[in-house]
Amino acid sequence: MNFKSFREYLSWLYYQYLLITGIYVLEPWEKSIFSSILFSAIGMVIYTSYVFVPIHVRLALEFFSGIFGGQSESTMALIN
Amino acid sequence: LALSPHTVLKMDGWMDVYICNFFVPQNQNVTHNSSLYKKPFEESFEETPLLVAVLTYMGYGILTIFGYLRDFLRHWSIEKCQVAREKEEQKDFVPLYQDFENFYTRNLYMRIRDNWNRPICSVPGAKMDLVESVSHDFNWTFEHTGRVVKDVINMGSYNYLGFAENNGACADAAIEATEKYGVGVASSRCEMGNLDIHEELERLVARFLGVESSMAFGMGFATNSMNIPALTGKGCLILSDELNHASLVLGARLAGSTIRVFKHNNMQSLEKLLRDAIAHGQPRTHRPWKKILIVVEGIYSMEGSIVRLPEVVALKKRYKAYLYLDEAHSIGALGPNGRGVVDYFGLDPKDVDIMMGTFTKSFGAAGGYIGGKKELIDYLRCHSHSALYAISMSPPVAQQIISSMKSIMGEDGTTLGADRLRQLSENTTYFRRKLREMGFIIYGNDDSPVVPMMLYMPAKIGAFGREMLKRNIGTVVVGFPATPIIESRARFCVSAAHTREMLDTALEATDEVGDLLQLKYSRREQPLPSLGWMAEESLLQD
Repeated sequence: MNFKSFREYLSWLYYQYLLITGIYVLEPWEKSIFSSILFSAIGMVIYTSYVFVPIHVRLALEFFSGIFGGQSESTMALIN
Repeated sequence: LALSPHTVLKMDGWMDVYICNFFVPQNQNVTHNSSLYKKPFEESFEETPLLVAVLTYMGYGILTIFGYLRDFLRHWSIEKCQVAREKEEQKDFVPLYQDFENFYTRNLYMRIRDNWNRPICSVPGAKMDLVESVSHDFNWTFEHTGRVVKDVINMGSYNYLGFAENNGACADAAIEATEKYGVGVASSRCEMGNLDIHEELERLVARFLGVESSMAFGMGFATNSMNIPALTGKGCLILSDELNHASLVLGARLAGSTIRVFKHNNMQSLEKLLRDAIAHGQPRTHRPWKKILIVVEGIYSMEGSIVRLPEVVALKKRYKAYLYLDEAHSIGALGPNGRGVVDYFGLDPKDVDIMMGTFTKSFGAAGGYIGGKKELIDYLRCHSHSALYAISMSPPVAQQIISSMKSIMGEDGTTLGADRLRQLSENTTYFRRKLREMGFIIYGNDDSPVVPMMLYMPAKIGAFGREMLKRNIGTVVVGFPATPIIESRARFCVSAAHTREMLDTALEATDEVGDLLQLKYSRREQPLPSLGWMAEESLLQD
């Protein structure tokens, strides 16, 4: 399919979103309700992952390095 | 576990290759007993892609949630209720409108209702005129704008041989018949409604089908639903295909016989049911069944598949059952001489006990017929509900059938019939091949003029119908409850009246709409065009 402009491509993507989720058949106010709920849920997921994922990843790395790194330190102490 | 015929012969002495069939695992696309078929039997029902199935269920889930929301608003009168409701006095009784079909009708069908019941204001031939109508309140009410959409290519009418026309020899003969007999008959067949034109029609139909005698009825649906009760009763067994038409199901239920259903076009399932029926007899008393009637259709219009008639006939002879063949869509449309599915497979019409068909599809008229042995038809003349109580066929309609049938048989002195048959089979092959090549999932047999194209998602049902109408092509889209819930489809009916240009226009528009709506789900590799000398060289090296 050839799109004359980027705006036409975006409107085709919006049309696909309407068809796949099935909200193409709904009335405009129902479409707004569904889209607002969906995008607020996605926004909350993005915000939560931005705030919490680095902290969790750092804690997880410390935990795993604590197991392996700590083992080698104690054997070195025994040898010494 | 596949046993060869030789080992089975030694085991229990049954001289029959069907015992071997009983143990072979099912594979719908492979023809068992290919010696019964004179040409290859190509059918395909490609599996639903998993992602598409998941997204379809998700779409239906979202629409169900919104359906509950709207029902809640309607119940608490926040929104005006425009749908059927029970009265206040009936609120304590069993609810009438709460089952899923009514929920589905209120909340999904209503939203895309403009794709069905479109008024046509011309002959439904290859091109037709539609009355333009708009809805301002989301399909609850419609208004005609006063304009007419002209020359819409008609891909939805069952006009297989193109006899739905208002000029030509058939229309002239029908006008003469109206001038001679009038339009109404005002009586049933048994009383005063038996005209000489009906007798002529019945003799012609019997000659066309190659049977001893036949009888014509005024309505195709009533032919099935009123005659099966006359043929079977309590103590009989009806084996009917999974996907049989509503008229056959209604007729079987009205008969009061036991009904058992076998999987669609699946001969192993049918054989198993036959063997169980003969071995165990009636349910509690274990007496033998009075008769066993196998009910199948020639072409199944929702799937586009053709019945495996040689195998059914072989099974019927082996187990001594009777066969009722409903050729509603296949009469006139299949076979080198247009004589239906029996002609297509090259079988003897005397093998099918009851040949039923309708005149609505290929003959451009209305009504149905039943053909068979003389004793059977004489019995039906006295005992069929339709003959006793329903008004007989109208004379211009009977004359239209007579002229179109003579045209197909070649007895009107022109080659029009043979041309139309050839044009239909060429159009069918071309249309199916092109749609497959474009990448759509098409169900059914390669020779059937009914072409179902899969859509799957609920929103695409409405979008497809509307987009095709914008491009001036009228199509029929089908969803639940006529099909399983995720397998909604668009059904094209190819006609002999379509020229190559019309088919090309329709194919181009389908291609465009397919890209716009992303309908090309097929995952089969397309055969590459032949490379000529390079292909031969690779053969030589082997």
